[in-house]
Amino acid sequence: MNRTDEKWDALPGPWRKATASPLEAGEVLLAWFEPDLDDHLHYARGLVVLTDRRLLSCSEPAASPVGCGAVRWQSWPLNEGSRLRTDEHGSAAVLELVDGSGRLACWHYTAAQTTAAQQLVQKWASWQQSQQTGSRSDGTLAICPSCGAAIPADAGRCQSCAAGPAKPSLSALFRLASFSRSRAGLIVLGFLLTLAATAASLVPPYLTRPIIDDVIRPWETQHIDNSALALWYLGGLAVAAIVAWALDWAKLYVLAWVSERISADLRAKTYAHLQRLSLEFFGGKRTGDLISRISNDTERLCNFLSINLIDFASDILMIVMTAAMLLWINPLLALAALCPFPLIVWMVARVRGRLLRGYRQAGAAWGAMTSVVADAIPGIRVVKAFAQESREIERFNASNERVFHAANRLNKVWSLFGPTVTLLTTCGLLIVWASGVWQIYLGRITLGVLTAFLALISKFYTRMESMIRMGSAVQRASASAQRIFEILDKQSNVPEPVRPIHPGRLQGRIELRGVRFKYGTREVLHGLDLTVEPGEMIGLVGPTGAGKTTLINLICRFYDVSAGAILVDGIDVRSFPVEEYRRNIGIVLQEPFLFYGTIAENIAYGRPNASREEIVAAARAARAHEFILRLPCGYDSLVGERGQNLSGGERQRISIARALLIDPRILILDEATSSVDTETEREIQAALENLVRGRTTIAIAHRLSTLRRADRLVVVENGHITEIGRHDELLGARGSYARLYQAQMELVYGRDGNGK
Amino acid sequence: MENNGRSQAELGNKDSAANGSTGPRPFGLHRDAWGRLVLIDAYGRQHTGVDVVRAFPLSDPRRGIAICDAEGRELVWLADLDALPPPLAQQIEEELAKREFVPIIRRILKVSAPVEPSEWEVETDRGRTSFVLNSEDDVHELDAHRALITDAHGIRYLIADIEQLDATSRRLLERYL
Repeated sequence: MNRTDEKWDALPGPWRKATASPLEAGEVLLAWFEPDLDDHLHYARGLVVLTDRRLLSCSEPAASPVGCGAVRWQSWPLNEGSRLRTDEHGSAAVLELVDGSGRLACWHYTAAQTTAAQQLVQKWASWQQSQQTGSRSDGTLAICPSCGAAIPADAGRCQSCAAGPAKPSLSALFRLASFSRSRAGLIVLGFLLTLAATAASLVPPYLTRPIIDDVIRPWETQHIDNSALALWYLGGLAVAAIVAWALDWAKLYVLAWVSERISADLRAKTYAHLQRLSLEFFGGKRTGDLISRISNDTERLCNFLSINLIDFASDILMIVMTAAMLLWINPLLALAALCPFPLIVWMVARVRGRLLRGYRQAGAAWGAMTSVVADAIPGIRVVKAFAQESREIERFNASNERVFHAANRLNKVWSLFGPTVTLLTTCGLLIVWASGVWQIYLGRITLGVLTAFLALISKFYTRMESMIRMGSAVQRASASAQRIFEILDKQSNVPEPVRPIHPGRLQGRIELRGVRFKYGTREVLHGLDLTVEPGEMIGLVGPTGAGKTTLINLICRFYDVSAGAILVDGIDVRSFPVEEYRRNIGIVLQEPFLFYGTIAENIAYGRPNASREEIVAAARAARAHEFILRLPCGYDSLVGERGQNLSGGERQRISIARALLIDPRILILDEATSSVDTETEREIQAALENLVRGRTTIAIAHRLSTLRRADRLVVVENGHITEIGRHDELLGARGSYARLYQAQMELVYGRDGNGK
Repeated sequence: MENNGRSQAELGNKDSAANGSTGPRPFGLHRDAWGRLVLIDAYGRQHTGVDVVRAFPLSDPRRGIAICDAEGRELVWLADLDALPPPLAQQIEEELAKREFVPIIRRILKVSAPVEPSEWEVETDRGRTSFVLNSEDDVHELDAHRALITDAHGIRYLIADIEQLDATSRRLLERYL
């Protein structure tokens, strides 16, 4: 009873408060889920509660406010025949309760509730199973589907995945502070130098008062010769100038060094983080935009830190110190002079938000423009083949125009704002002139005081203006900082385990247990079970889009399963540190990718410290050695984006050598031979035979002849495994494999060829 | 004829202890009356028109040398030139020298324009010459000291040590590195 209530307390707040627990004594709450649509697919919150004997449901009382206790529970008793199932084919999904007689009830929900609904279904299935077998096992894997972290038994949602709230704008800039901690000493030094330099630059205007009042005025009015004093003051001015110069120089150098360092650190960190993000992140991102963030935005931040921030700091210091000095010389005049100041502050506050938005838009537009270029250049062959150059130019022009307009919107605000500030500062000066002249007229102040005042106030307002102009740079920088932290805050969807198990060198036994996978809401794998023994070669066969590549991506841990588990040597792959696990995997893809560098470097990509002998041996085994010798620079020939042109088969053989060199336990061949001619395929086949030997191999191939060496063939159709067996077994079964094989034979030998 | 690279690799290694199991087997190289290079392999077979190539001409020129037949099939693999008997090593080096044309740039005299294509006037170990550089991507930094330039015709020029160049040459080269 007590335990039941405890579980009831785990319900979301509104439900807990609105409803008393309807559970009977001893009834155990298993799971709950909140459908968020009604029967007509209008938004309406509901609650479905699964206990060990019933399914309870209630809907939010539409008219009456929650809390009046008007919740009406509906209840369906459950027995062995009861089944819960989800249907997620539409954009709105359905949870159904069925038994032998038909459908008893259904609830509609959006993709947001998918996980909870599936958990409910799973909970019921495992409960039923445990009742039947009598064992009390926690059948469902308490592992977060998106991050792989263990989920507390009843939390229902992974804590580590719960997204933090979006950070407000300027704070992104303050987060830069975390990057500057290691350079704190130099930053403090920089600011001390700034302080000293500012103080030194205030000496000359301060000295104007005694020069006028004690030297010039006495001479003018009474012909008193104070030239000794004058020399002293002039000397003071000269010394102040030299000290200010030296301090400025030191300050600029120190702070510029620090800021350059910080932005270099930021760039390094961003790129490192980017490299570690999962494939899913890159699938949804445009390359150009990412490049622009790493290069442009960090550059802007660097500019801001090295130029603007120093100015900004020294401006603030200057303003405070000048204001203090003004007040000290003559408080009344100072107050009059500072009249426009609050008005300027108010204007800045108003314009700030608009500028920030504008800069964010401009940054995004810039990223979009880079993307257009990054998109079109690699695809230039397609562009030219379809004679679409002019359309690509137009596409670029359109995004270029957007950059222009985004900048223009900013300029509109800015061009009005800047001169207005100037006008206001001039007003400040005018007020000083007027009130100063009036006060001299009244004999309250001397001419020297007024002159010093004018010198100081003009310094004050110049600084003020430059600081406000900086506002734009601040907003631009914080927009950039936001764009960078967007990457840094992104968690990899293939997270590192909290308590990792180090795989070392694996045996290569792969086990799939009820593997499901979704792209967004579309489930592409519907519960696959398969065991691959160490050293076995499995051929994955099936139509395109059946989920073969997805399966391979899951085994490589480019993605994580949505439900179920993949075990290697009996351990969930999510428990391995990603890098150590992948070190056991060799991949040969359909489109081999060569990096810019020598052939030797490309072969040794997975093991950069391999010796030349090992590289040559790998190339020999991959049948790449001889064509490499024919290149003008042999293994030192440059390949990749700006290097030597190699044919598809040659590139493929280099990538096979690359996989061979790391001597992986698990080998993945994703259509390794499908983009080459049959003659080359024979060469590659020979190379692959060396590669496959003694390794657990999973190969996808459309040419079924490629898979003749496979120990077992696995036919995947529509996300299900439909057939498993050897080539002749499957042919005998006259199933889908036999049909596929027949079709290919007809293609190769013509209709009458009759297979063999 | 199926060429197994591994067993071929043992042929030339007369002094190599690692391959002692099959024992040293001699092979011979000579030029025939038509000036073609002829290899007589360990089984006494004669291959005409063979070619001596380095596997790592830039990074490790003295190790990993292959003798290939006219079709590019590997006949003999020599792991280390220095492990060969001196007369044979010398003969192979001579063959390599005949085959390889990579002038070493001693001085860069003039680069015609700051943008490509530009015409370079250089002084090499084989005399003065000029060539056209198509794109700045054709200047490759091999390591900290060396650079390789490929001209419009695919001829390669090596700069053996950038530090050793005179100030003018280095200034001209600087923007490509």
